[in-house]
Amino acid sequence: MTVGEAKIIVKDVNRRYRIKQRSKEGGEPFLALQDVSFTVNAGEFLTIVGPSGCGKSTMLDLIAGLAVPTSGKLYLDGRPIEKPALDRGFVMQGYALFPWRTVRANVEFGLQIKKVPRKERREIAERYLRLVNLTGFADRYPYELSGGMKQRVAIARALACDPEVLLMDEPFAALDAQTRETLQDELLRIWEETKKTIVFVTHSIDEAVALADRIVVMTSGPGRVREIVEVPLPRPRRVANIKATPDFMRIRYRVWELLQGEVQEAREVGRLHAELPEEAKERPGEALSPIAAG
Amino acid sequence: MLLNALRKLGGVLYRLLSVFIFLAVWELAARFQVVNPVFLPPFSEVAATLWKLIRTGVLLDHLLISLQRSLLGFGLGLAFAIPLGLLIGWYRGFERFIDPLIQTFRNLSVLSLLPVFVIFFGIGETSKVAVIFWGVLWAVLLNTIAGVKNIDLSLIKAARSMGISNYGLFTQVILPGALPTIFTGVRLSATSSILVLIAAEMLGANSGLGYALYFYQSNIKYPEMYAIIIVLAVIGVAVNYSLAAFEKRTFRYREELPETGSV
Repeated sequence: MTVGEAKIIVKDVNRRYRIKQRSKEGGEPFLALQDVSFTVNAGEFLTIVGPSGCGKSTMLDLIAGLAVPTSGKLYLDGRPIEKPALDRGFVMQGYALFPWRTVRANVEFGLQIKKVPRKERREIAERYLRLVNLTGFADRYPYELSGGMKQRVAIARALACDPEVLLMDEPFAALDAQTRETLQDELLRIWEETKKTIVFVTHSIDEAVALADRIVVMTSGPGRVREIVEVPLPRPRRVANIKATPDFMRIRYRVWELLQGEVQEAREVGRLHAELPEEAKERPGEALSPIAAG
Repeated sequence: MLLNALRKLGGVLYRLLSVFIFLAVWELAARFQVVNPVFLPPFSEVAATLWKLIRTGVLLDHLLISLQRSLLGFGLGLAFAIPLGLLIGWYRGFERFIDPLIQTFRNLSVLSLLPVFVIFFGIGETSKVAVIFWGVLWAVLLNTIAGVKNIDLSLIKAARSMGISNYGLFTQVILPGALPTIFTGVRLSATSSILVLIAAEMLGANSGLGYALYFYQSNIKYPEMYAIIIVLAVIGVAVNYSLAAFEKRTFRYREELPETGSV
């Protein structure tokens, strides 16, 4: 596997949800993702950033195979993604550790699905617990761990099956600032050691810039790719150090602008809408289109 | 060390103090004829009678037959309620369909159905077992449904993301996830099922603790009657405590606060 090859291809993906009928006007389909296309290169650290409701988590579910697109295609190594498999590891914000399993048994979960023999399972679990600095905690239960430690277990669990891709859905959002930064650094170290392809969803611009090779900036209502921003910051990085560099600030500002522009644009459309004659308001599409107007 | 042990002993004694006071009041009230000692013999006399019942083996016979009925009905109830509850909890549509029926049945007193059981099964063993079965069924069923429905969805998502099979999802996530709630249902219905059995045995049986209770009462053997009541109280407490202890030990991972210091 060489760096730079396309690992994941997302092509013209639309995802529509039917909202449950609560009010009278309900029951209309809600467009979570519209015409989303991007590529994740092998070995790349890609972050997806956007406001809540921009469909970034939905995007991750689609890559995981936990959901299917309404239209469009997703490929992993050139093969269409149809269902979840152990070639993709998933890490969630809420840790999602099995409370009745010890740390070790949690890490072994995927290996058990893979029917790896007991002894081997134990060795692999031990190895990944060492990777996330949790040696000596194998026999603890999740309730005995802090939030940061729980997330380390979740990362070890996702990595234990040796997936090629790691999908992370706001994994550090529930942690305090200090723990979060420690884990960001550790994730970068693990990424560099294991050479995984990582797709990392976050709503924090700082986090997105500090970790990424490239950032997919998404906007909401409907969820679309606004722009893909390159992050040519040097590696290996330490999050605290990188945040103090002018380049970081510049990219951070650029992403902020893109997200801000979305808000601005929405306002402008609103103003334009307000200036249109009454009848056009009912059919804004027609009024704006010269063909329909003619 | 010794001081600690003494303090612990003091704690246990304090926990039992209210019971001792109650027994003392009972003893004195009967001795000084505050209440009619024929209707309420002193505790010491009841205790002596209880010892006699134990020694002669009379108590054991009744106890064993009651326990046998309980366990059989209980086992059947669990064997039926847990699988059904898992099924109902998993298929939401099915739950909406069946829920009104469950709600109706569970609010129907078991004892009101006793005449029906007697019609179908006679006054032999089957009707007693059926009563227990019915008494256990609904509490366990409802707790099992709730247990499945309340499983953290992110756990299911995590397991699914690893490509788990439906069978694996069931045995590795749904079942262990629902188990603590199921067990709460088991514990709650265990004590109530004993109560129900006693009532059933009083109404129509020729053996068992409920029958003994009724027999001694109608033959004006009040010390024996009270002795049986004490046994019933002890069984109730013992069953509840041992199940609660088992629950605490088995599901200790549910504790919210860590016992050992977390880092």
